[in-house]
Amino acid sequence: MTQSFPISVTINGKQHEKNVEPRLLLADFIRHEIGLTGTHIGCEHGVCGACTILFDGKPVRSCIMLAVQADGHELMTVEGLAKSEEEMHPLQNAFWEAHGLQCGFCTPGFLMTLLPYLQENPDPSETEIREAISGNLCRCTGYQHIVDAALLAAKKMQASP
Amino acid sequence: MLGLLSLWPTTKIGPPPTVELMKPAPFEYYAPDSLEAALELKSQHGDEGKPLAGGQSLIPAMNFRVAQPSLLIDLNRIDDLRYIRKQNGEMRIGAMTLQSQAEHDKLVEKQVPLLHEAIPNIAHSQIRNRGTVGGSLAHADPAAELPVVALALDARFRAQNKGGERWIEAKDFFAGLFANSLQTDELLVEIAFPEMPANTGTSFMEVARRSGDYAMAGLAALLMLDKEGKCKKARLVYLNVGDGPVDAVQAAVSLIGKKPNAAAFKEAGQIASQKDMSPLGNLHATPDYQRHLSAVLTERALAQAFKRAQARK
Repeated sequence: MTQSFPISVTINGKQHEKNVEPRLLLADFIRHEIGLTGTHIGCEHGVCGACTILFDGKPVRSCIMLAVQADGHELMTVEGLAKSEEEMHPLQNAFWEAHGLQCGFCTPGFLMTLLPYLQENPDPSETEIREAISGNLCRCTGYQHIVDAALLAAKKMQASP
Repeated sequence: MLGLLSLWPTTKIGPPPTVELMKPAPFEYYAPDSLEAALELKSQHGDEGKPLAGGQSLIPAMNFRVAQPSLLIDLNRIDDLRYIRKQNGEMRIGAMTLQSQAEHDKLVEKQVPLLHEAIPNIAHSQIRNRGTVGGSLAHADPAAELPVVALALDARFRAQNKGGERWIEAKDFFAGLFANSLQTDELLVEIAFPEMPANTGTSFMEVARRSGDYAMAGLAALLMLDKEGKCKKARLVYLNVGDGPVDAVQAAVSLIGKKPNAAAFKEAGQIASQKDMSPLGNLHATPDYQRHLSAVLTERALAQAFKRAQARK
């Protein structure tokens, strides 16, 4: 018999109540049960960082967590960044201006890694940025423009956090 | 589009198959909110009941179905197992303490600098935000950083079952490739790291192809000086060059009673890499290269540990 657990999860400020099978991964729950497809799934074993989300404010890999483990916790996905349909977050604006993405597949993971990092480290050096994003893989950009975008984002976020 | 549809089997027209969402194989799941409840489950289910700590190694293995545990005991609700405190000259760390918590703990930095230095080498920050100190130790991956640190410092492991508890020395805890010496009804609940004595220095170094990758070789080194500045005690423990943390006893003995200098460090590196270990090599490093890395890192780590020992009066 398949077990099913009722869970209550807050995602981007909105509470969701669902029943889940324990083996459902958190990333699949977010994408398929909630319909927030901004969280991408790359490697499915915690290496690429595309599925990075905030779990109680800290970046984690949602592909190597179970949905049932999110019960009672607060998540934030890339959809939670922009204030409205019209107004992007300064971090998103910086990626847009500095060409911090090409195909964009890895971008949600980079944004969700950089958001708490830049909030805690408002004035990072390039080396520190490279260390901060070392757990996120990008196959298009060669990282140069991502680093530029992150440095630009730091300035923007200091001006309007 | 029509062309594609024509490929659809005509005998059994129906909706396209739904996307298969479940990557891990089915398992029974329990998330006890107390240690007592977890130990009760462990006593009922024994080896079948696989503890789920941070899951940063177990869940990837389950996603690929390399691991197919039939029953998971999720320990993440047991907040009583997340703590760092000083007790009887030791740093006591609860098994479910997040690696990121230990990484940024000021007491750990001061009292167990080797642990503080090693943790940032564990994968990436996103992994350390979920991975636990006890989980990594119990997993006993030969490439992992924490087992090497625990052995170099002679840490002690507190195991508990329904009936009581026992302490296990680090040298007895690791039992080969991905194996520990816990009984099937026991859980690892606490690790005790001794505080750093005076005149002692440590160093952790590893070489990985990219930041956060598994290291090709690496070591935790400890050097204790006597009153005359000679080497009183040494410890050299290596990662990913055997089926668990490799304690280079002969190399360590070669240093005792000697004035710590470049020649002594070089000799220790030679002994460790040629006599104390038999690396198997892997996709990224041949056994010879692992020996070479280990020898070079030994010299560097001992030099750094020596400098730190002189500074720690």
